[in-house]
Amino acid sequence: MRLLTHNVLRCAIKGVEEGYPLSIEASEVQMEESPFRPDFVKHIAPTLNWPALRQAVKQVGLPEDMLPEAVSDALLGDEAFLRALHRVLMDVHVVAGALVCPESGRRFPIAHGIPDMMIAEGECPRDDK
Amino acid sequence: MALPSLEHFSYKDYDTFYEPSDDTYLLLDALDADRRFLADTVQPSVCLEIGPGSGAITTALATLLAEERGFSLMLAVDINASAATATAATAAANSVTLPVEVVQGDLANALERGLSGRVDVLVFNPPYVPTPPEEVGTQDIAAAWAGGRRGREVIDRVLPQAAALLSNKGVFYLVVVQENRPQEIMSVMKGLGLSGQTACTRRAKNELLSILKFTKAPP
Repeated sequence: MRLLTHNVLRCAIKGVEEGYPLSIEASEVQMEESPFRPDFVKHIAPTLNWPALRQAVKQVGLPEDMLPEAVSDALLGDEAFLRALHRVLMDVHVVAGALVCPESGRRFPIAHGIPDMMIAEGECPRDDK
Repeated sequence: MALPSLEHFSYKDYDTFYEPSDDTYLLLDALDADRRFLADTVQPSVCLEIGPGSGAITTALATLLAEERGFSLMLAVDINASAATATAATAAANSVTLPVEVVQGDLANALERGLSGRVDVLVFNPPYVPTPPEEVGTQDIAAAWAGGRRGREVIDRVLPQAAALLSNKGVFYLVVVQENRPQEIMSVMKGLGLSGQTACTRRAKNELLSILKFTKAPP
């Protein structure tokens, strides 16, 4: 699971309002360098939840100051920033661990890089319908 | 366009996830026929496949985009743990250069809000076979085909998710059979603000398969 994916995942169980951002409890993290695609990073950057991404960076054990407190138009023209963001979004892989819902405490295990977001029948919002 | 290599699987693996069949091939052909549209007009940066099974389509779409010098995040979500693992394995075995991210989950439930209005290419080859409703909702191989009443029970849950997920330039490919009542699906989607067309149709054994293609209707 890349941090880009983490940035969009939510806990969707019944009664949980935001279920976001999920805390990362990583037991195995791998760094794997990938080709830098500045256009992609520039395109994705404005759609990111920045506080969630910064929290994720910290939780996987990367330096907190790897990303600035906020993203700005000026930064999107700064190659060093885009490279750091690329690295955070694309090259960090949480291979094993868990995602934890900040509201319900519900844990979603991650194994072989695949988060298991399945919820039990009684937890489904649509059970009420 | 050829199916990606699936030589990393044995026949026994297909007891646990769906083996590509006529429906998969038709979907592959529809994507390949839209190669220029996808590469030049849609230019996706986020693609999502719901229910990838073996991962053949996600890998094929990633390969197609890479051949056209595109670059997109390829997300795939499957309810079946074996299919989720298989999807990652197929991408790796075919040396896909685009980032493929696999999640185990029930349709797009865990992604819908986070990806709202951001999916440029959405693909769903659903469990479309009409079955007794009690066969729907498993996490095993039956999840690949059991569609409940008229084969529509899972499809109908995805339609509003699809409408929410698609970006303004986004396109949604949906595999259906005649029993699913494609015209009715298109009218449901119209009510959700998407215009549909039949991209292609093929008779395969006892099924009349079609690929429906939806885009956001102009306001």
